[in-house]
Amino acid sequence: MIDTFLFVLLIFMIVGSAIAIETKNMLSSVISCGVVGAAVSIAFLMLGAPDIAITQVVVEILILVILIRATITVDNTAIDAHWDTFAVVSSLIFFGLFLVFAFLAVQDLPRFGHPIMKVSQQYLETALQKTGAANVVSSVVLDFRGLDTLGEATVLFVSILGAFVILRRHGRKRRSEEDTEKVGILSEEEIREDYEEFRE
Amino acid sequence: MATKPDLVMSDSQKGMTLIVKTVVRFAIGIIFMFGWYIIVYGHLTPGGGFAGGTILACGYVILTLAFGKDLALRKMSDMAASIVDNSCALLFVLIPIIGFAFGYFFLNFPPHGKPFHLVSAGLIPLYNIIIGLKVTSSLFAIFIALSIFGRFVSKLVEEAEEAEEEE
Repeated sequence: MIDTFLFVLLIFMIVGSAIAIETKNMLSSVISCGVVGAAVSIAFLMLGAPDIAITQVVVEILILVILIRATITVDNTAIDAHWDTFAVVSSLIFFGLFLVFAFLAVQDLPRFGHPIMKVSQQYLETALQKTGAANVVSSVVLDFRGLDTLGEATVLFVSILGAFVILRRHGRKRRSEEDTEKVGILSEEEIREDYEEFRE
Repeated sequence: MATKPDLVMSDSQKGMTLIVKTVVRFAIGIIFMFGWYIIVYGHLTPGGGFAGGTILACGYVILTLAFGKDLALRKMSDMAASIVDNSCALLFVLIPIIGFAFGYFFLNFPPHGKPFHLVSAGLIPLYNIIIGLKVTSSLFAIFIALSIFGRFVSKLVEEAEEAEEEE
C-alpha cells in the first residue's frame, strides 16, 4: 500500500520538476518547486520520519516566500533555447553511464525496508540511557553526531555572512572617502542623499 | 498609491489590506508559540532547533509582509539579527569546548535527569534553543537582505526614468 503511494508521489515529483524546469513563466516555476517540496514532505511522513517532514515543509514555505519575493519583479520570461549538439550528446552519454553504474551499485545495497543497521542499531538501543533524550533523532543530531551539526551551523553562518557582504548597501567600489560600507538598511534621509549623489 | 517618489506613508497605508492584517494579528501569537514549543520540546517530540527556528523566522516574515518593513524591523532589526546570529554561532562552539574539562569535545556532561521530562537530556535542550535562535535570526536576515537591501534607491531611479520618458 505504502509502496504504491510512494510510486505515485515519485511520479508526481518528477512531473513537477519537469514543469518547473520547462515552463516559461518564473512564478509558475517557483510554484512547481513548492509542489515538489510538499510531495517530498508527504513522502517523508509516509516513511515514518516526522522530524524531516516538519523541517521540509517549513523550509519549503519560507523558500517559496523568499523566491516569490525575489523573482516576481524579475522579467525573465524570454529564454531563447538553442540546440547544442555536443552538449546534448555528451549529457546523454554520461546519463547512460550513470544509469549503468547506478544499476550495478544499487544491487549491492540492502533491500528497501531491510537495513543492516550496524551503527544505527547501537544508537537506537542505547540513546535513551546514554543521553536521556526521548527523541532519538535529537540525541543523534546533537550528541552522537554533534560535530556534523557544528559543521552544518558553520555552513549556515558562512552563507548568511556571504549574503550580507554581497547585498550590502553600496557596490564594491567606494564612491567617496566617507563611504564606510555600513551593512544595513538606509533611513529615508540617507536614501535621498544617495539618490541625489546618484543623479549627479 | 504614491504618484511621486515619496516613501513617507502613514502606518495604516503600509503593508497589505485590513483583512490580512486582522488574520495575521490573530495568528501571529499562535505561530510564535508553536515555534517555541517545537524548539523547547525538541528532545521529546519530533522537531528541534532547525524546524522551530524556521517557524519563528516565518512568523517574522509574515509580520514583514503584512505590516510593512518598519514594524518587523522594530521587532528585530537587521543589526540585532546579525548580532544574535553571530553570538549563537560562537556559543555553539564554546559550549562543546567546556566538555574538554570533563573528557572530550561535545561531551554531554550535566546530569541527564529523568527521561521524558522537560528538563532532561543534559545539554541537548540548550543546543536546541541556541540553534533555534541562530536559525531564526539568520533566515530572517536572509529575507531582509534579499527583499529590502538596496531596493529603494532603484525604485527612485525607476520612477525618475519613467518621469523623464513622459516628458
